Amino acid sequence: MKVLVMGISGGIARLVAIGLRERGHEVFGIDRRPWPGAPRGVDVYGVDLRKRAAEDIFRRRRPDVVIHLATVNALTAHGEERSRINLGGTRAVFEHALSHGVEHVVFVGRHTYYGAAADSPLYHTEDEPPQALGAFPELADLVAADLYAANTLWRNPKLVTTVLRLCYTLGPSRMGTLATFVKPKRVPMVLGYDPLFQFLWEADAAEAVILAAEKRPRGIFNVASCNPLPLATIVRQLGRTPLPLPEPLLLALLGRAGFPRLPRGAVEHIKYPILVDAGAFRAATGFQHRVDEVETLRKYRSLFAAGELP
Amino acid sequence: MARHDSVTALVDRLELPFNALGVDRYGISKKHLVVFFTALGFLYRWYFRVAAHGVEHVPPRGRCMLVGNHSGGVATDGAMVLASMLFEMEPPRLAQGMAEKFLNQLPLSSLWTSRTGQFTGLPENAIRLLEDDRMLMVFPEGARGTAKLYNERYSLVDFGTGFMRLAMKTRTPIVPFGFLGGGAAIPTVKNLYGLGKLVGVPYVPVTPYLLPLPLPVPLEVHYSPPMLFEGTGDEEDQVIQAHVAQVKDRISRLIEDGRAARHQRRNGGAA
Repeated sequence: MKVLVMGISGGIARLVAIGLRERGHEVFGIDRRPWPGAPRGVDVYGVDLRKRAAEDIFRRRRPDVVIHLATVNALTAHGEERSRINLGGTRAVFEHALSHGVEHVVFVGRHTYYGAAADSPLYHTEDEPPQALGAFPELADLVAADLYAANTLWRNPKLVTTVLRLCYTLGPSRMGTLATFVKPKRVPMVLGYDPLFQFLWEADAAEAVILAAEKRPRGIFNVASCNPLPLATIVRQLGRTPLPLPEPLLLALLGRAGFPRLPRGAVEHIKYPILVDAGAFRAATGFQHRVDEVETLRKYRSLFAAGELP
Repeated sequence: MARHDSVTALVDRLELPFNALGVDRYGISKKHLVVFFTALGFLYRWYFRVAAHGVEHVPPRGRCMLVGNHSGGVATDGAMVLASMLFEMEPPRLAQGMAEKFLNQLPLSSLWTSRTGQFTGLPENAIRLLEDDRMLMVFPEGARGTAKLYNERYSLVDFGTGFMRLAMKTRTPIVPFGFLGGGAAIPTVKNLYGLGKLVGVPYVPVTPYLLPLPLPVPLEVHYSPPMLFEGTGDEEDQVIQAHVAQVKDRISRLIEDGRAARHQRRNGGAA
């Protein structure tokens, strides 16, 4: 099949493109960022997804499947720009897909859709609405993009739509929310809280996206590994040191003295867990992660030791 | 009397699927359980000298719901029930309380309740744990139950009905228990609701010696044979309330029988 990957230069997207290519699919992608050393036969178009040139690629190449990985989080883009990328970009993907005969769109969203709150259920299932958006308004455009993608399921039932809510990932790309957060030697935490985090090895996350493209399950699916781990355990296993600070002090230090520039609402995400039940995706696609949570941390730490991390 | 195996050995023998780092899929951590139960073990064995009766009625494996009365102004009752399941059961079991929401909001309490499996009492959490064949501990009197004053210590306030619907929906046997002595350990004379609101808890109990610190009073917990209620959990309120009344009656009887036996022991076997 012909697969168009949006955001193809991202860490997981590259693995998805390589994996699809190895399985004999025709793969091309759109990304404003370059992909130096992209495999032979994988065309990368350096155009803006929201511009006319992107639609031309749909028209010319006529993809069967579009995998939308071109969303950004609050750590990498800010304000209006993030909203334009996330919501504007997602809308463009679906509009072009509908206009140019695409059979299947895979929207790769995030498990943070559900929000972190003290009174949330420990594990979230796909039928739950987003929570605690008021505390973390910077998530609103990602949540809106997720809901927009999901409502295509009833707006355009002929287009097969798969919405994935993917947990955090760790791997050689060193990109992503969790990878960014655990980068410093001392990782700030909120004193008296130690939330559970779910994460997948990047190659497993890419495998999940490839399976979604190949099996074409309709609907919304959480994607995660089996066992989460407490943040302090993750930090220690990666050779870092947890730095627990009282919440008011941490809030005052954000963005200062070498502390990460987190939105205030993100502090809820290091107080309370966001765990997802990924049983429906496993049942629909047969997905099984190859690298468990303990091995993921060991492999990620070995990247530090090998000097592969800056 | 409780077995004197080391807490580490007992935690090792819990039949829970811990990973290589000693954490299960709910974030329950062996390391934290050992610290938690070492502290509870001191209270259980030496401070309160808890006597657990009828432990043989608790299923050694599979889903089950321990349902009992609140006794005492702070969670001594729940803590000692958890301890009795680890120290007296063969194999040891971890009971998982359905906690008040405020416990997950407060620093430290959030961390320790999370690592020891004492999760917020939401139906979603309860169903997931029961379907995973865990053991829940439920106090259907809720916070109104812990607010009982000293002179109300053997009474039962209204039971919620949510636990019964969940038990029926998940086909879970209910093991009623009666807890005695908590009201004497923490003789609450007044509850300060205004102060509680300020510090983020439902109320602060006041004792004749002001602080709600428990006295070293012997405590007792009496477990009864399991009760299984057939149905879907979607039945009319009257049906559910009738089932709840049966459980409440059983608990009431356990408390009365326990009191009578204690009275008999204190009076040298005289009736």
